[in-house]
Amino acid sequence: MSEKYTLSCLVENHFGVLVRIAGLISARGFNIDSLTVSTTEDPTISRMTIVVDADAVKLEQVKHQLGRLIDVIEVQQLTEGNFIDRELLLARVKANGKSEAELAQIAERYGAKLAHASSHAVVIEAIGDTKAMDRLVEQLRPLGITQLVRTGRIALEKQ
Amino acid sequence: MSKMKGAQILVEMLRREGVDIVFGIPGGVNLPTFDALHQSPIKVILTVHEQGAAHMADGYARATGKVGVCLATSGPGATNLVTGIATAFMDSIPMVALTGQVRTSVIGNDAFQEVDTIGITRPITKHSYLIKDVQDLARSVREAFYIARTGRPGPVLIDLPVDSTINETDFTYPEKIEIRGYRPQAAPAPSQEQIQKAAEAITQSKRPILYVGAGVIHASAAVELADFARKNQIPVTTSLLGLGSFPETDGLSLGMLGMHGFEYTNLAVAQCDLLIGVGARFDDRVTGKPDAFARNATKIHIDVDPSSINKTVLVDIPIVGDVKEVLQKLSRIVKAPDTQSWLREIKQMRSKYPLTYREKEKPLPQFIVQQISEATKGNAIIATGVGQHQMWAAQYYQFNHPRSLITSGGLGTMGFGFPAAIGAQFGSPKSIVWDIDGDGSFHMTCQELATAARHKLPIKVAIMNNGYHGMVRQWQDLFYESRYAQCVLNPVDFVKLAEANGCVGIRVDEKKQVRPAIDRAMKVDDRPTIIEFMVEQKEDCWPMIAPGKAHDQMLGTFENLKQAGGVPQHRRHEPEEEAKLSLG
Repeated sequence: MSEKYTLSCLVENHFGVLVRIAGLISARGFNIDSLTVSTTEDPTISRMTIVVDADAVKLEQVKHQLGRLIDVIEVQQLTEGNFIDRELLLARVKANGKSEAELAQIAERYGAKLAHASSHAVVIEAIGDTKAMDRLVEQLRPLGITQLVRTGRIALEKQ
Repeated sequence: MSKMKGAQILVEMLRREGVDIVFGIPGGVNLPTFDALHQSPIKVILTVHEQGAAHMADGYARATGKVGVCLATSGPGATNLVTGIATAFMDSIPMVALTGQVRTSVIGNDAFQEVDTIGITRPITKHSYLIKDVQDLARSVREAFYIARTGRPGPVLIDLPVDSTINETDFTYPEKIEIRGYRPQAAPAPSQEQIQKAAEAITQSKRPILYVGAGVIHASAAVELADFARKNQIPVTTSLLGLGSFPETDGLSLGMLGMHGFEYTNLAVAQCDLLIGVGARFDDRVTGKPDAFARNATKIHIDVDPSSINKTVLVDIPIVGDVKEVLQKLSRIVKAPDTQSWLREIKQMRSKYPLTYREKEKPLPQFIVQQISEATKGNAIIATGVGQHQMWAAQYYQFNHPRSLITSGGLGTMGFGFPAAIGAQFGSPKSIVWDIDGDGSFHMTCQELATAARHKLPIKVAIMNNGYHGMVRQWQDLFYESRYAQCVLNPVDFVKLAEANGCVGIRVDEKKQVRPAIDRAMKVDDRPTIIEFMVEQKEDCWPMIAPGKAHDQMLGTFENLKQAGGVPQHRRHEPEEEAKLSLG
C-alpha cells in the first residue's frame, strides 16, 4: 500500500546534487511530495528532507538507491512520532467585512499571523507541522483562498 | 612543486593509475588533452566512432579487470559515447570516460559543440565530475578511478572544460582519498548472523542450487566459488554474464539458466529447495515470472550492493558483502548437505532434456559455435553482439575461465561485440579472441574493422549471416503471426567489406567448409579475419521461456524438437560419464 514517508538525507553541498537525487527518485517511479534543501551546521553539508509516496518494499529500494549515490553521506528514514516536523505556509485569502472575525479566530487557533493586508485580501503566514497546516488550509478554504504556497516539510529527529 | 597544465596533470594522474592505453577521437576542446597524451608513453587508439571507443574501453576492462578509459570531445563526441557508457553501467564494468567540454565561461550559452554531458549521462554513470577549476582535477581523477573499480564497479565520467586542461596549477599527488558518501572499504563486515543462518539452510537443504552472476568475476572469487561448490556438492548454474565463473567441464556445472538457458537447468531451478544467489541480480531474463521463480525454494542472496537485494525477487536470507569474503566465511562453517540423490535426479534430467537441433541444408550457427569451441578448446576470449547468435554462443561454447565471455547482458547492445573484442585483444594480446556475431549486430559497428586492421590485431570474427534480425524474426514468428516488420536486413558483402579494410575475408556456404575456415582463421596472426557464414536463415533459438512465463513452461523443449527430427548435442570436454550423454 502506498504511504507517505519522510527521508532525511545528508548530502555534499555542491553543484548538481539536487538534480542527482531528484533524478534518481523520479527514474525509479516515485512521486516526491515535497523536498527541501538547506545547509546544515557544517556549511559543506546540506540536509534534504524528502517526503515520498511509496509502498514499504519500494521505499527500501529508494533508500538503498539513494545510499549508492556518491554525494549522499547518510540516509535516514524518520518514523512517525520520532521526529519534529515544520513547514511554513502563506495563504492569500479574500477579505470582506463579514469574514474578518472568523479569519482572526482561525489565525489565533493556529498561531498564524497577518503578513500583509490589502483592500480585498489578506496574506496569512503560519508555521506548524504538516498535519496542522493541512487542517488550517481546510478551515481557510470556505473563506476563499486565492493563492497558497507551502515550503514543504523540514524535520529533525527527537532523540 | 612545479606548475603544470591541466592536461599534463590529467596524463600524470592516468599514469599513476596504471593506465597504459586509452581509446578515443580528438576534437576541438580536447586537443590539449590529446596533445599531452601524444607526448606521454600512454598508447592512444584512434577509433572510427566514439561508440567504438567506449565499447573498446569496456571490452578491455572485462578482459583484464582493469579500468578501461575512453575519450571524446564535447557535444557529438560525448553523445556518441552514451550507448557505450550505458552498456558498461548496466553490467557494472569499471570505466572512466573523459569528455571535452566548452570553456567554463560559456557553459550554458549553446556554444558550438556544447551539450550538457553531465546531465545526459547522470542516470548511466556511477558518478561524474565537471571540472570547473584546474585545482580540482588531480583529486577528481583519483576519485574517479577509485569509484569506478571499487564496490560494485561502474563507469565514471569526467567532463573537462577546455580551460581546465589549459590552465596551470601546482601539482601534488592526492595520496589520500576522502569521500564522505562512499566508503566501500569501511563498509560493515557481512553479518555473521546472516551467514550462520545461510549455513544452516544449506546444511538442511536436499536440493540446493548455486545461481551465480558476474559479481563472482568482478570480485575475483571463482576459486572460492569452485571450492565451495565442490566441497558441498552443490550444482552451479550461471547467468549469461556469470558464464566462465565456474568451469563448464565440471560435473557440477549446469550451464546457463533463464530465457534461453538449458531445459534441464531451468527444470532443476524450478524444483530446487534452496537457491543460493551469488553476485547475481535476479534479472528478468533469468527469473521469467518473478513470483514463480524457484517458487518452492528458500532463497539466499549474497551481493555487494544492498540495492540489488529484494529488487525483483524477495529473498529469505540476504547477505550484503564482498562475495569472496562471504564465500570464504560460509565455507568455513557450513556442514555439507547430502545432495547425492539430487545430483542423481539432475543427471537424469540432463540426459532426458539435452540441447537439440536438427540438421538442415545450410550450416547451423549452433554447429559453428561448437566447432569454434572445439578449435579453441574453450580457452579463447569470446565477444558477442546481441541476439540469437549471442544465445547460441552462451549455449554451445564451453566457457571455462572467468573473463572469457565478453557480452552486453543488461543493456543488450547490438554492435557491442566487435569493438569490445578489439579492447579485449589490446588488453590480452596473447589470447585468441573471437567475436561471434550476427550480421545485424556486426553491421552496426563494423567501421572499427579499420581500427583493428591498423593495429594488426588477429581477431577472428564469425558472422552468422542469416539476412535477418534473427531474434526479432523469431519473436515475430512466435508472437506477431509472422508479420516480418523490418526484420529483413539490408544486404552487404562482408567479405568485400573485410578486404576493403585490409582484413582477411572468407565466405562459407556449406557445412564441410566450416571447420577449415575456422582453422584457417586461427592461423592468421597479423590482421583480423572475418568469416561470413551463410547460415540457415530461419533457425530458431531453443529452448525459450516466453516473457512472463515460469521456468517449467518452456517452448522448444527437447521433446518437441525430437519429434521434428532433432538430435541431442554433446559437449566436447566432459570428465564425467553421465555428462557424456548430453550437452551440459
